[in-house]
Amino acid sequence: MQMFYFAVAMFLLLTLIAGMWRIMRGPSTADRILAAQLFSTTSVAIILLLAQASDNSALQDIALVFALLAAVTAIAFVQRAWPAEEADNDNH
Amino acid sequence: MEISLLSTIFDVLLGLSLLGLAWSALATTDLFKAVLLFIAFGLLMALVWVRLNAPDVALAEAAIGAGITGALMLSALARLNSPHTGRAIASHTTDPEKDPSIQWWPFISLVLVFIGLAYSVFTFSPAFMGLQPDVYSQLVNSGVENPVTAVLLNFRGYDTLLEMLVLFVALLGVWSLGENPAVKTPFISPVLDTLSRLLTPVFILVAAYILWVGAHAPGGAFQAGSILGAAGILLLLSGWQLRKDTSSLFFRVLLLAGPLAFVALAAITLLIQGQLLEYPPAQAGLLILILETFATLSIGVTLAALFLGGFPWSKNRALK
Amino acid sequence: MTIIDYLSIILIIIGAFFFLAGTLGLLRFPDIYTRLHALTKADNLGLGITIIGLMLQLESIMAVGKLLLIWLLVLLSGASVAHLIAKGAVQRKIRPWK
Repeated sequence: MQMFYFAVAMFLLLTLIAGMWRIMRGPSTADRILAAQLFSTTSVAIILLLAQASDNSALQDIALVFALLAAVTAIAFVQRAWPAEEADNDNH
Repeated sequence: MEISLLSTIFDVLLGLSLLGLAWSALATTDLFKAVLLFIAFGLLMALVWVRLNAPDVALAEAAIGAGITGALMLSALARLNSPHTGRAIASHTTDPEKDPSIQWWPFISLVLVFIGLAYSVFTFSPAFMGLQPDVYSQLVNSGVENPVTAVLLNFRGYDTLLEMLVLFVALLGVWSLGENPAVKTPFISPVLDTLSRLLTPVFILVAAYILWVGAHAPGGAFQAGSILGAAGILLLLSGWQLRKDTSSLFFRVLLLAGPLAFVALAAITLLIQGQLLEYPPAQAGLLILILETFATLSIGVTLAALFLGGFPWSKNRALK
Repeated sequence: MTIIDYLSIILIIIGAFFFLAGTLGLLRFPDIYTRLHALTKADNLGLGITIIGLMLQLESIMAVGKLLLIWLLVLLSGASVAHLIAKGAVQRKIRPWK
């Protein structure tokens, strides 16, 4: 069972790395924020799987904090940092 | 495939993606992209701390890296942007022909430092435990069961006292830059308003839980304080007018409660026991809990005040 | 390996599949609205199914409650943030893909 948890955690880590591509590319800033949200949610799943794999229930508190704070960055973006006009920035 | 091979591959993947994120964050010229990459870097760092068996640090990294750093940097970026261009201005003004893209001297010295560190890490004998046996042998006298809390709040309480003062001085540094800039509050959607109302009690509850559980499991004052700070930032972003409150006496008392509690306890123990911050073992647990409560409140208020970004308005000034 | 273990394995694999679907949507869909849609729905559902699979393995009610709280928080934050981003995109006149 332990190996199964690790294997799924690694699979999720690979999807996370694939999501990094969207941070690099995403034509608009909002796309990059979406990728950050992806990071948050997938990290919660990875930490919960690692917690089960190493039988360390204290790690679930870390997942709890992640889940709690998932919204703060995105809200800061929407409320403060989103430019009123999206310039077309295809050059990265 | 056995489990150690699997976990090694996991760790290698994690490390490589961290390197990739760091490189991209530094190499890009678009500041928004760099900030987002840095936020993703912080999120992955929390995973690294989990893999390195340091859940207390992972808790703090999750709270600070996932929430507070992101909000702080995005807010700062918003103030940097000129209202006309709407895009972050990259300040890369050197002539690309005269300036090589790799600076050789810093690169060589960094490589040397890296080689030195790698050598010293790899020549550690596997049986080397550092100070762990000493900490564990004294753990019963410290009043708590979590060795990290014991070290932070009891054995090296003096360092934590200095850290509280450092945090306070950092806030004073930000305050010295000028008054709170008035932020034009954009339209607050009812969804955002409801979200802040629903989430804030949960924030406070989780912070209290992390503070309490820090005595026997990963947790503690800094982690709980960062969660409270994130709650404060959420409230500020959701349009709650907390600016008026920041000039009140209550706010300043909260700011100082942590450092003052430490200093008071240091003075008392110095007078009674003759040694700085030497707790009597019978009351050590209770003293640590009291210290941590005050520290949590201070850290939370300090972080939220840092997000405000300036000296609190005086009471007489009219709100814009 | 009891029947509960097999059930957990199946549920976690289904959850991982939904995560993959969410990431693929984020990478391949043509504009921000569709990406938002894929990300929020698929990822949160994948997390929920994975959590149910993990819950079956736990022994105390407190731990089950904690996992449930984690999922509810992610759901709440995810839905609200999705609405806020979509509304902001509409206000900034980002046109949906046709």
